[in-house]
Parts: sequence; C-alpha cells; structure tokens
Amino acid sequence: MTRQIKTLFIANRGEIAVRIIRAARELGLKTVQAHSLADADSLAVRLADEAVNIGPPSAAKSYLNVEAVVTAAVASGADAVHPGYGFLAENARFAEAVEAAGLVFVGPTPQQIRMMGDKVSALDAAIRAGVPTVPGSKGRVETPVAAGIVVDRIGFPVMIKASAGGGGRGIRVATSREEFDRLMPQASAEALAAFGDGGLYIEKFIASSRHVEVQVLGDGHDVVHFYERECSLQRRRQKVWEEAPAAMLPADVRAKLCQSAVDLAKAVNYRGVGTIEYLYDDTTRDFYFLEMNTRIQVEHPVTEMITGFDLVREMIRVSMGEKLRMKQSDIAIRGHAIECRINAEDPTKNFMPAPGLIESLVVPGGAGVRFDSLLYQGYTVPPFYDSLLGKLIVWDEDRTAAITRMARALGELKIGGVKTTRGLHRALASDPDVQAARFDTQFLERWLEKHSEGLGE
Amino acid sequence: MATKDLLSPLPGTFYRKSSPDASPYKNEGDSVKKGDVIGLIEVMKSFHEVHADTDGTITAFHADNEDAVMAGQPLATLSI
Repeated sequence: MTRQIKTLFIANRGEIAVRIIRAARELGLKTVQAHSLADADSLAVRLADEAVNIGPPSAAKSYLNVEAVVTAAVASGADAVHPGYGFLAENARFAEAVEAAGLVFVGPTPQQIRMMGDKVSALDAAIRAGVPTVPGSKGRVETPVAAGIVVDRIGFPVMIKASAGGGGRGIRVATSREEFDRLMPQASAEALAAFGDGGLYIEKFIASSRHVEVQVLGDGHDVVHFYERECSLQRRRQKVWEEAPAAMLPADVRAKLCQSAVDLAKAVNYRGVGTIEYLYDDTTRDFYFLEMNTRIQVEHPVTEMITGFDLVREMIRVSMGEKLRMKQSDIAIRGHAIECRINAEDPTKNFMPAPGLIESLVVPGGAGVRFDSLLYQGYTVPPFYDSLLGKLIVWDEDRTAAITRMARALGELKIGGVKTTRGLHRALASDPDVQAARFDTQFLERWLEKHSEGLGE
Repeated sequence: MATKDLLSPLPGTFYRKSSPDASPYKNEGDSVKKGDVIGLIEVMKSFHEVHADTDGTITAFHADNEDAVMAGQPLATLSI
C-alpha cells in the first residue's frame, strides 16, 4: 500500500534537519520545521517552508516532548514526521503516537524500534538470524550463580552491561573473579537507578577491536545493503572521524559482514534505513554484532559518497510504501570517503564546549567536497544542544587521495568566533598511523594523551 | 556588609541540584566556603560545576533551577 505524502514535519534540529529539508524538497514535499525557542533563527528554520515553535530551549520540554511534537505536527497539517537522529528517533512510543495521529512515521515500525532498542531482544534477533555475536550470556543473567557459569565458560576479561543501557553508559570491565563479584551488584544497582531496570548481561571483552557498521535499507519485504563504514576513531565513545569503506576489511569478510546485516534486517521485515554495528577484530578477522540503530546516522554521507545513492530521500520513499528502487547488484563501492565531525569544542582545553556567535565563515569547496552543517555567518550557536556544527565530507579515488583532499578542505574551512575541532582533524589527517589506517577504538584516546599540543586553530 | 555576585562561567542551563529528586546544593541563607558547589551548568550536553569563588553567605539566587543563563550572568549574591 502506498501513501503519497505532501508535507513533511521535521522533528529534529541542527545539520540533520537541514539535510532532511533538502531531501524533502527534491521529492517535491513541503517542509515544516519544528523548533524550540532557542532555535527560532536556525538555518533549518530559515530553509523550511514553514516553522513551528514546540517549546522552551530545554530539549526535555521541546524536542523530547512527545505530546508537544505530535500536537504540533498534526496542527501544521503535515502528513508525515521525520525524526532525524537522537531525540525521539528511536522512541517506539513516539512512532506509535505519530501513527495513532494518522501521520506517516519516516522510519521503522514501533515494534522494530522496540525490538532493536532493547539490547537483549536485539541480541536474540541477531542470534536467530545467524549473525555472529560476542561470546557471552546471550541474554540477561538473573542470578549471581548464572553469571558465574557464564564467566567460567568465556573467561576473563568480561564486560558487564546494562540490558536497558546505551551510549556506553552502565558498562564495566572485570579482569578477575574477585573484581567481577564486586562489580556485579554495583552495576545492577546503577542500571536500576539510571534506566529503571537492573537487568544485566555479560560479554567477553575484546581488547583491541575496530568499529565497523553496515548500512541497510528495507521496504518491509526486501532489504539491500550499501556496504560498510568504519568509525574506530572515537573519543568517549563518540565518533569523531568516519570512513567508507573500511580500509582494512578483506573482500571475503566484507561479503560475509554485509550479508549478515541483510539477513538480520530481512528476518524482522525491516522498513527504512538502519545500521548494524559490529566489533571487528582484525587479527582474527572475526566480526561480532554490537547493536542496530533504527534511524539515519550522522555519518551516512560517507556511504552516499561511495555508492551515489541519497539515503535520506530513499528512506522517505519507503516510508510512503514504495518498493526499493535498486537491486543489490545496482550498488557498488566507488573510491573512498571520509567524514570529519566539526564540533564547537576546544581541543586544547579537554574539548570544553564552545557555543557562541559565528563571526565569519569560509566553507571549503571544489571537487569531491561536501559540507553538511547548521552554520551561517551571524548565527549564534546555542548552548542547549550537542556540539556538532557540521560534517566535512570528502570523496576521492582511493583512501590516500581522500586523506590528502580532506587535509586540503580542512585548510580552507574557517569558522570564526568559536573554538572548533578543526585543528584536531588537521593533526589526524597528517598522522602516520591514521594515514596507514592503523587504529582501533581505543586509538584516539591514547593518541590524545600524547598529542595535546597543536590541536588549536 | 560587602556583597559579591557569583557569575555563571558558561552559557547553558543552570541546575541548583544534582538530580531532579535531590535537594538543592545550597539555599538562600546558607553559608558557603570558597570552592563549594552551588550548582551545575549544562552546556552542550556536558555538565560543569559552579563553585563559590569566595567565603560568604548566599543572600539571593538570581536564576532558578533549569533556567537558561548566559556567561557572566549573576547566578547568586553572596554577602562577604
């Protein structure tokens, strides 16, 4: 069943709201931009056909307020809601409320969001689909005795994770039985306090791994993948620099990895764009399911650059009930793409947030360069939301050329008035280990301890 | 008696307590020592403590819990 939509309500802010407006406009849709009081002069508000105030600056009272957002969407006359990423994008209750109000939710079904949002049910789905998972409890451990049996089987070190957790919160590493016995009750109490659910599960801790993730798109029946991204360069579990494809992945492993992602998405009749995240151990060439994100991701442009498809446009199309417009054989990797997240943070002062007035702006250009941002000269970046100002994305024929092009583009980028992470990226682009793709998910934290100098503008 | 304003070091959201269910760090009339935490500023999803920069007694708060504040805005007045 197809349902043509005419007006898209954008329940997000920042650069992704701008990205969605652009895709919607190319599809001939009218756009209504939701905004808090602090975002009344945002670039997204300026670009959209209409804008509607949904509440005060605090995200809890605006972008995270299900009732306020749904009420505003209905009142605006929109017939679909795009949740972007973050905020309510993976909130099943929000997706249900949008559908109950008679609007299209641009994303998966509430049931799919719910299944993949809970770590244990997501892991169960992965196991049922035959996707490799990290050795562990394969679900909640209900008693200390059951936990002991699991750690005897998989050996130390182990990670103790909160079943309802996310974003790296509630994770502990135990290297011995004594430490494990001490940490388990703490972890359970903390999970209960933080998430209202003290459920825990246990996994083997893999000391050195890379973060790879596969982009999928489904229409509720068929699923295709758009190959993988590598996002190993992270600080405090936040991605900083992303690439596509993963440079160190052998072709046979790539084929198995991408097929496993399709298998999982097909097993749940997935609708929309999704990303299946994996740990990859490049010494053993093993990959393990980490989690599935049921939304568009920040780093989706690197995939667009190497495959030539517009993922945001396609996710809107499938939400209207359209079939996939491409077959797997239509999707190929061409060249290499890199994205650097330009944040309003001072890398010389422990990444202290730096909101404020954008006094001047020079955006890089030229062949293979894309800048997705929320910036314009004279804009004041508010302090209430995350620090992402924009994403500098480059494409070139191969990884070496892409790094050279990124260094060139970073050199052109000038953001006057606020501190940014541009200097960090310039240093990374000239680092021999980064150039050789010799890194794991711990690399950047170690690197920052040695390279605290010279990261300023 | 001299007074001194305690200014917000950062723009963001001001919190007078460590969590929604906690009691406030300090109330009007409380005496404080230099370095005491009197609140938190949330800026771009990271939390920063606001410390008293002198010994004294809080005579007034100028920002409520969850108020949006600018850098340099008075959060409280201390008599010193």
